[in-house]
Amino acid sequence: MTEQTADDVGPRRRGVPMRGAFRTIGLLRESWVGMIGAGIILFWVIVAILAPVLAPYPPDQQIGPLVNAAPMTRAEPGRPYFTEEGMQTTDGTELYLLGGDSIGRDVLSRLIWGARSVLIYAPLATACAYAIGILMGLLAGYKRGWIDDVLSRISDMILAFPVLVLYVVIITVLDRSALNIVLAVTFASAPGIMRIVRGLVLVLRNRDYVAAAQTRGESSWYIMFWEILPNARGPLIVDACLRLGYTTITIGVLGFLGLGLPPPDPNWGNLIAENRNVALTAPHSTVFPCIAISSLVLGLNMLADGLREISLKD
Amino acid sequence: MILFLAKRLMLMLLTMLAVSVLLFLVLEINVENLATRVLGQFSTPEQRQIWMEENGYLRPLYVRYLEWVGDALQGDLGHSTRFNVPVSDVLWDRLANTGLLALCVFALMVPLSLTLGILAGMKEGSSVDRSITFVSVLTTSVPEFASAVLLSAVFVFALGWLPGTSGMTQGFRWEEMVLPVLVLVLYGFGYIARMMRASMAEVMQSPYIRTAVLKGLPYRRVIMRHALRNALIAPFTVIILQINWLLSGVIVVEYFFSYKGFGALLLEASLNTDIDVIQACAVIAVLVAVGTQTLADIGYTYLDPRIRFT
Repeated sequence: MTEQTADDVGPRRRGVPMRGAFRTIGLLRESWVGMIGAGIILFWVIVAILAPVLAPYPPDQQIGPLVNAAPMTRAEPGRPYFTEEGMQTTDGTELYLLGGDSIGRDVLSRLIWGARSVLIYAPLATACAYAIGILMGLLAGYKRGWIDDVLSRISDMILAFPVLVLYVVIITVLDRSALNIVLAVTFASAPGIMRIVRGLVLVLRNRDYVAAAQTRGESSWYIMFWEILPNARGPLIVDACLRLGYTTITIGVLGFLGLGLPPPDPNWGNLIAENRNVALTAPHSTVFPCIAISSLVLGLNMLADGLREISLKD
Repeated sequence: MILFLAKRLMLMLLTMLAVSVLLFLVLEINVENLATRVLGQFSTPEQRQIWMEENGYLRPLYVRYLEWVGDALQGDLGHSTRFNVPVSDVLWDRLANTGLLALCVFALMVPLSLTLGILAGMKEGSSVDRSITFVSVLTTSVPEFASAVLLSAVFVFALGWLPGTSGMTQGFRWEEMVLPVLVLVLYGFGYIARMMRASMAEVMQSPYIRTAVLKGLPYRRVIMRHALRNALIAPFTVIILQINWLLSGVIVVEYFFSYKGFGALLLEASLNTDIDVIQACAVIAVLVAVGTQTLADIGYTYLDPRIRFT
């Protein structure tokens, strides 16, 4: 799906980076698919930022009678429950819009806080993978020689693994923690990114402006990061959108399998894992997180499609 | 051609060798950590020491690796601590179950996605094309675990048509296969359909198709006899490579539906730090992945004469 060459990028562009960003946003208006995708992502970003305001209850607060309560349940008045501030009683006005989960927490609040968890760790992991992947790809594609051979062989090896098998093996050795998940995602996806970057660099390194910079006596680091990388960004941005979607799925899957962020993190994968036992009797506590994660991934895929459409038009 | 085959097979063997080293390193380089994980974090250092001695973990890494490879080549894959039987006793049954699941998935997914891809690619930009493309983006955006939850909410909870688990406790039953297969097909068909569409659209623009249309052949014949032959080459590789993806997908689906397959075995081994099972499963997964990759390369070369004769 991401098969693009550096020729799609158009002529060499440098200059104020912000202007380029605004230009892209302006162009995005031409693709309604991209606009819808961007809209969905923006929605979840706002939800994540405003989580403390939007969530009606603390995400970890348990209320006994709400165990597996159906959506739109009202709390019984006078029921005691425990919070971090001590014992309180329900006054009968609380409405649980999406019901309660298997241990009596508000599904809506956990879903909203979960957006924050998802939107912190997925982009963080993707960014780390990109940092390593781009560095490897630039080195392999620009320096060639033994560096290229070594890096390419290593990434071939890692790419030989079915993705989830690799994650399961890594997480077996490491503990369940946010840092280790970021590490695992970086380890597993950097080789794929390297391949794409390397392919782009192999085309771009023969351009005149690279030759000009070499003649000027610029260092190879300068050429890699300031001459080649900015001109490879088009296909990379499209790939980053798709890959962010995969990472979101991956972190969700790991949470679902019980290998992801440790509880009580309200990441959407964890929400499904926590309520899997009641998935066939009280499906609301698993269905809503599923819709949430699917919509976010759909948004990212649509944005990627829109961006690709635009870059081909250019 | 024989030289090419030999080259590919050598490359495959080398990859397997390298991957098995990598796998061994990842799992066993830190023996202290391994002992802690197997015995639990409240075990005493003495207990760990005894465990390492008993299981031969105090020998150098390369000795252990060579012994492991030697044993594996003779069919001895070690002992499962979780099930307390030799690994090969559980592994092959599980693998056969997963094979059956994969077979059903492919039998349904390949015809479906190819048909949709061809319909979409025949007329690029038509309403059929747009709706098929949209559906394929939509279904690829729903992760397997999400569609498993959503489908069982509909077919098990709301309608009550299908069983919610596929443990096959009362022998093999077809209705228990429906949901796992459906979930995997739903996630996987979009990608093949899009590849087929792209390939078909490209072929439809080539001059020989225009000639065929202009010389007055029936449209049906143009598609069936002229376009399809070339358009099917590129998706062939994609279809074979989907086996690699399926190995990831089965872990989720088998876990969700408690289907007794290879993916569920790997996950269970991982959650219980059953090292021998993890190693055996991972090596088999990579063997399948690398094997299909080689098969795809060979098949592609065979199908496309332009590559074969250069």
